[in-house]
Amino acid sequence: MSTVWLIPAFPLAGALVNMVFGRVIGRSAHWIAVPALVASFLGSCVVFARVWSGQAFTTTLFTWIVAADFETTVVALVDPLTGVMLLVVTGVGMLIHVYSIGYMHDDPGYARFFAYLNLFVFSMTMLVLAGNFLLLYVFWEAVGLCSYLLIGFWYTRDSAAQAGKKAFIVNRVGDFGFGLAIMWIWIAFGTLDYVAVFKGAETLAPATATGIALLLFMGACGKSAQVPLHVWLPDAMEGPTPVSALIHAATMVTAGVYMVARSHALFERSTVALDVVLWVGVITAVFAATIGLVQTDIKRVLAYSTVSQLGYMFAALGLGAYTAGIFHLVTHAFFKALLFLGAGSVIHGLHGEQDLRKMGALAPRMRVTAMTMTIGALGLVGFPGLAGFFSKDEILAAAFFGSRAAWALLLAGAFMTAFYTFRLIFLAFFTGPRMSKDVAHHAHESPRVMTWPLIALAALTVVAGAAVGIPSEHGTPFARFLSPVLPVHEGEHGGAAGVMLLVLSVIVVAAGILLAWFMYMAAPVKAETIGQPRTVLVRLLLNAWYVDWLYDRAIVRPLYALSVFLARVFDLGVIDGLVNGLGRAVVWWSAGLRRLQTGYVVNYALTMLAGAVIFVAYFLAR
Amino acid sequence: MIPAPPVALGALLPALIVFGTGVLVLLLDLVPPRTKDHLGGVALAGIVIALLGSISLWNHETRAFRDMVLLDNYALFFHVVICYAAALAVLLSIDYLRRNGVESGEYYALLLFSTAGMMLLASAGDLLIVFLGIELMSLSLYVLAGLFKMRLASGEASMKYFLLGAFATGFLLYGIALIYGATGSTNFDRIAAAAAARPRDTLVTIGLGLLLVGFGFKISSVPFHMWAPDVYEGAPTSVTALIATGSKAAAFAALIRVLTVALRAAQPDWSVLLWAVAAVTMTAGNVIAIAQSNLKRMLAYSSIAHVGYMLVGLVAGGVPGAGAVLFYLLAYTFTTAGAFGAILLVERSDGEAVEVGDYAGLARRHPVLAATLGLFLLSLVGIPPLAGFVGKFYLFGSAVRAGYLWLTVIGVLNSAIAAYYYLRVIVYMYMREPEGVEVRLVPSFAGGVALAIALVGIVLLGVMPAPFADLAQVAVAPLLR
Repeated sequence: MSTVWLIPAFPLAGALVNMVFGRVIGRSAHWIAVPALVASFLGSCVVFARVWSGQAFTTTLFTWIVAADFETTVVALVDPLTGVMLLVVTGVGMLIHVYSIGYMHDDPGYARFFAYLNLFVFSMTMLVLAGNFLLLYVFWEAVGLCSYLLIGFWYTRDSAAQAGKKAFIVNRVGDFGFGLAIMWIWIAFGTLDYVAVFKGAETLAPATATGIALLLFMGACGKSAQVPLHVWLPDAMEGPTPVSALIHAATMVTAGVYMVARSHALFERSTVALDVVLWVGVITAVFAATIGLVQTDIKRVLAYSTVSQLGYMFAALGLGAYTAGIFHLVTHAFFKALLFLGAGSVIHGLHGEQDLRKMGALAPRMRVTAMTMTIGALGLVGFPGLAGFFSKDEILAAAFFGSRAAWALLLAGAFMTAFYTFRLIFLAFFTGPRMSKDVAHHAHESPRVMTWPLIALAALTVVAGAAVGIPSEHGTPFARFLSPVLPVHEGEHGGAAGVMLLVLSVIVVAAGILLAWFMYMAAPVKAETIGQPRTVLVRLLLNAWYVDWLYDRAIVRPLYALSVFLARVFDLGVIDGLVNGLGRAVVWWSAGLRRLQTGYVVNYALTMLAGAVIFVAYFLAR
Repeated sequence: MIPAPPVALGALLPALIVFGTGVLVLLLDLVPPRTKDHLGGVALAGIVIALLGSISLWNHETRAFRDMVLLDNYALFFHVVICYAAALAVLLSIDYLRRNGVESGEYYALLLFSTAGMMLLASAGDLLIVFLGIELMSLSLYVLAGLFKMRLASGEASMKYFLLGAFATGFLLYGIALIYGATGSTNFDRIAAAAAARPRDTLVTIGLGLLLVGFGFKISSVPFHMWAPDVYEGAPTSVTALIATGSKAAAFAALIRVLTVALRAAQPDWSVLLWAVAAVTMTAGNVIAIAQSNLKRMLAYSSIAHVGYMLVGLVAGGVPGAGAVLFYLLAYTFTTAGAFGAILLVERSDGEAVEVGDYAGLARRHPVLAATLGLFLLSLVGIPPLAGFVGKFYLFGSAVRAGYLWLTVIGVLNSAIAAYYYLRVIVYMYMREPEGVEVRLVPSFAGGVALAIALVGIVLLGVMPAPFADLAQVAVAPLLR
């Protein structure tokens, strides 16, 4: 079914139109961008209906590169996993596009913003459609480029430009491993095609599998902001809020999770690799949650929460509970996009204020935002019946039967999640107002075009879990749907232990919310006391465990010093001397040879004659 | 008595369509209306029909006139390249001629005759047809080069091109005569049979040397290149575009066929000579291009350098090497025609804007044109994902696999040198303030269409090269059986 190519084609066309004619289109850019996404979403629905029965197919667009025995095609692999990812990317993408009409309304770069956003959706849909590793890599880089462009969208602001660079550079570290992994796959299998590679993985030597899987995971760590490559994501909040919602919460950062799930055949061959995935996920989940406890910037709280939730997904993958990981990816896309868009609505209503210390009592002023965001928060913490409840508890259950230590840590993470999420909700919407009178007076609910996407996402948060996430003897309906692609996890026993686990996690979540209530609601809080480093621990958390500081001292500065040395001494002295000398020699030759071109026909003819003599003499001499 | 060969015009059909359109244009020129706008349209229609016809004839091999004319896939591939080059030249001409006050029916007629000559050259199976094609192509081009009668440089270009061209044709004819004397035939297949029976025949090798002189002139390889910069600079830019692309492609078509079919027995001899010619041609072209400040002259030297790259593929030989040359010619045609087309659309108040200084700050006032020209230049440098990169990749790849490591090293070093003078133009467009005279962009719908076609061509060939490379290999494979 070659019509799947229409799904990326529409946003690509939209991006091109807005890029080339942006100046003319200006404020009407969304009339190009939004319909493109709607068309793309409808296309995804059609494709999803095709794979509903569980069938998979590949469709080749064209042969891309042929070089000796290396041949790559532009090919799409469409199976249930692809179908789910396509729906999430285009569906959430569509809502965020609509939201952006309101949020970016007064921005001078309106058309440019929609062009980039379309370009991102094009790249992301191509990423999930890709049927081989090289194509995956190309669009892996392409979404990275879009991320860079959108983080630095307000490029005149130095911090935004710096954050864009940081995201790009940190991702390079991960992509270095990813690139090596692809080369290794080529060496080991002689092909980069998914189907052939995963088939061949069954007989792969465990050591090779470990190497390839770990290098792939290195790439996933960069893209999905896992420890130790998580440092770029909080800074990425410099981008406009719809970007944070779409790219840095719902879709792009989950590409790593998708990639590992997609390549599970390679990871299964190596217990070492799976353990690494599990423990990196667990550590990230807890580590990022601790930092989220004390942040004062509304978007940074959500950013650390995203890092933490991505950790949960990787933990699930490491446990072999692939469908649980992907399920959490989907539900997280709903409620985290909702939370980000809600935060954007708050920022919009307060004219750019992002500091939780200067908010409070917004609920009566922004009813829709407050209500939908609270639903999103309940979804995130895992309130019974909402999306996060089903997806997160599936992961916790898998951990309980897989590794008790991981389970305990993840449960602690769930407690912290509940605390920081409701700390945010309370501080923003319910405690007494802490902003200036002027700002309070002007605080207003966002326009309809922004609140409708919030309502839609809230509805999804409410129904998604119960609709497809209720487990039965053969796993959840969601897991059964994905079972042609991802093996159903065997450890998911129900029974008394399962019920006990559920009750326990509900208690833990309730405790987290209650603690937040006691700290911020029971007594009025003063703005100065929030996020103040009174103890060493809080100071440590406020500085995100000093990881950035450490990287700066241990890596950035020594490298910089080395490169300054090389630039001054080696490059200027040796290389530049050589290159300039060579350049001067070429220019000198050029000027000399140019003089041969006299313009006289006689000279030209003589040269030709000389050439002819040489040619004939050569042939006679042979 | 020699029996008259059977007449089978089918094998000449695409060339005849173009030729017939040329006659039609001449006739239409005599009747009202007196404006010439429609003649360009007629010429374009003829070329497009020939192009579509050529594509539809793919895989329908026809031979005619006792194998003197061959309409095989190889010829058809070149027909397509040549028709594209001619179509772009016509599109670029329409407003350009009016602007310079030289609208005339004979311009389009000559252009079409020249194109027909190129197509004949591509389907030649006999040295006499090669001669016929070269003359039909060249005589028309000599006149076209001098069509801007009010400009001294144009007349000078025409005169030089004609004198040196005639000189080169003398060598070619002498070579044909010697080969005929040695083998008793001018037909490629029969020459091949005779040459294989008597290897190392002195007459044949001398004849080969003289043929290479004649072809060397047409493709402008060193040391037969000196006409190129003067002619490229002086000729009307639309004609320059055709000389640089179509005529070069046609000459390559005949050269590859002569060398790989008729004189395959002498491959060890000619490949060594061409090795040296390739190395000298690309180096001289690139090094001298650095010193040029006139864009048309710079592109002339650049086109000499590109001939050097293509000779690398010919030296490498085999289906991969020859296929790479065909692919490169396709890529090169779009890129070079596009670059000349972009230059043609920029104008100073006192004439054409061809000095690199004229392009300073162009990006600020004409961002779309600057970006387009920039992409053509990047393709010439060989930056992915544009056509030029893939073309060079296939060429050098075939050379490496054939064991010509040093030639590849020279080629890659040359590509690095070339980046300097191409990127300098981009630096002027994007990083310099406008200086001196104001330049303006000439509004031309047809010219815009030409640039758009060329742009789509270089992006398409760069992004999905495999199908086209495949076609090129299919086209050359029967030659090398």
